[in-house]
Amino acid sequence: MNKDMKEELKIRTVKGPDGLEFEVEPLRDYYCEAAPTVQTGAYTAIVEKLFNWARAESIWILGFGTGCGAIEMRPLMSPRFDAYRYGVQGRPTPRQANLFIISGYLSVKTLKRVIRSYEQMQNPKYVIGLGSCTINGGMYFDSYNTIKRLDDYLPVDLYITGCMPRPEALLAGVIELKSLIRAGKGEGANLYAKNFEWYKANQKRVIHDWDMPDYNW
Amino acid sequence: MQFEWIKIPLSLMTLFIVFNYGMLMTAFVQKISARIGRRHGIPIYQNYVDMIKNYALRSSITHGVMFYLGPVFRLTGGIGLLLFVPSIYGSELFSNLSFSGDLILAIYFVFFGTLGMALGAGESGHPYAAIGVTRGLAQVTTSELPFALAVFAIALQYQTLSITEIVAAQQGGVANWTLFTNPFAVAAAMIAFLGSMMRPPFDVVLAPQEIPIGPPTEYHSSYLALMQTNRAIFPIAKTVLFMNLFFGGASNWPVFFLKVFLIYMVSVFVGVAFPRFRVEQSIRWFLIWGLPLGILGIMMA
Repeated sequence: MNKDMKEELKIRTVKGPDGLEFEVEPLRDYYCEAAPTVQTGAYTAIVEKLFNWARAESIWILGFGTGCGAIEMRPLMSPRFDAYRYGVQGRPTPRQANLFIISGYLSVKTLKRVIRSYEQMQNPKYVIGLGSCTINGGMYFDSYNTIKRLDDYLPVDLYITGCMPRPEALLAGVIELKSLIRAGKGEGANLYAKNFEWYKANQKRVIHDWDMPDYNW
Repeated sequence: MQFEWIKIPLSLMTLFIVFNYGMLMTAFVQKISARIGRRHGIPIYQNYVDMIKNYALRSSITHGVMFYLGPVFRLTGGIGLLLFVPSIYGSELFSNLSFSGDLILAIYFVFFGTLGMALGAGESGHPYAAIGVTRGLAQVTTSELPFALAVFAIALQYQTLSITEIVAAQQGGVANWTLFTNPFAVAAAMIAFLGSMMRPPFDVVLAPQEIPIGPPTEYHSSYLALMQTNRAIFPIAKTVLFMNLFFGGASNWPVFFLKVFLIYMVSVFVGVAFPRFRVEQSIRWFLIWGLPLGILGIMMA
């Protein structure tokens, strides 16, 4: 466990309203530590095909913008681009979202929040890397506090190149992702579960103040 | 009275019709608002796809027993309300499970889902859920006040607690509707209707911009799908209740669809025209405008 952990995450004794004293260990009591497992669709092929179609036609994007690309996600819902007609919706909570768009450069501080949000999403879930920064660091290639390859930290389904890509490119990317999902190739969540150790090691290499459990939910 | 078992499949048929109507109608309303914004909008079958998708998610987590029961209670509220109110007047097939005291039960079912949701969302432990539930309960409770008064008024006016008899008393022309025989009670009830439809100006409970969607924040996969099912049924069931009490009921399905759509659109029109109320503003609004109208309605009856 980390030495310089935040005060509120340390083990402490709490007195309840009925006068009983008990010990609280926030990291263990408030979070789940079970690692993710590989989930397969235990259905016949035709049902899985129907489900994949439904997953492709109903993509809920997590409303989380990390870099300059966040500004390119908003116009998708406007009359000009109208992503609703492709079954795309914004969703404010990671629990209900299926698609995480990492929109541009990702600082180490944000990466921590991104991991927590990603782990709260339910299987199957998809990640799109938007812009050059998520591929090779882009114009932040020699920055000390941004990550360079998103694929080292989260399983990316699809990259969209550009600096910045226009909303049209993002929309084209989403439609490309739909064809991937329909073909049954959107298995990022299982990839994450399978290579969990590797992803965690990579994440911990850059995040120095790791004060959360290895798996949040 | 002998219970007729054939009523069970018949009321399930009503449930099936109303469910599909609700799914398509809410999509249709979204489509209309998209066209007003010069967009294409969602496909008309989008609600079905969303629901299949949510049932098809592979993993789901739980926060406890009430977390499971919350959506179940909510769905029970919707289905219960629908099943104990006659949907088609004068039809043996679609009178559902209505009986002589069903008005009281219907009022109870209107509130039941909100309570279940409060327990479930409370157990999810998310602060936004707690805020949303607090707001929701405060708002729904005050909006129930004018509605309860309006229901008392018409129970007095028609001297019955049976919805079927209330509908029967309104037959024979538009002038016999409660809307014209007791306009104050109807006005009070419509104010309550606006308050319970989760549309602006009374949607601070969900408030997508500040407390991300409120009570259902932690709900996902099949829990959310259950709640989506209820989203299709409950507003329609509530509208059916209002149609029966105040707008003369419906004697066949086309009239039913038309009236439900029009009554539903009342809340949509008010929603697009007015900005969102804060909770204390909406409570004050219900008490200042809804309550006196309800009392006037009782005095008229």
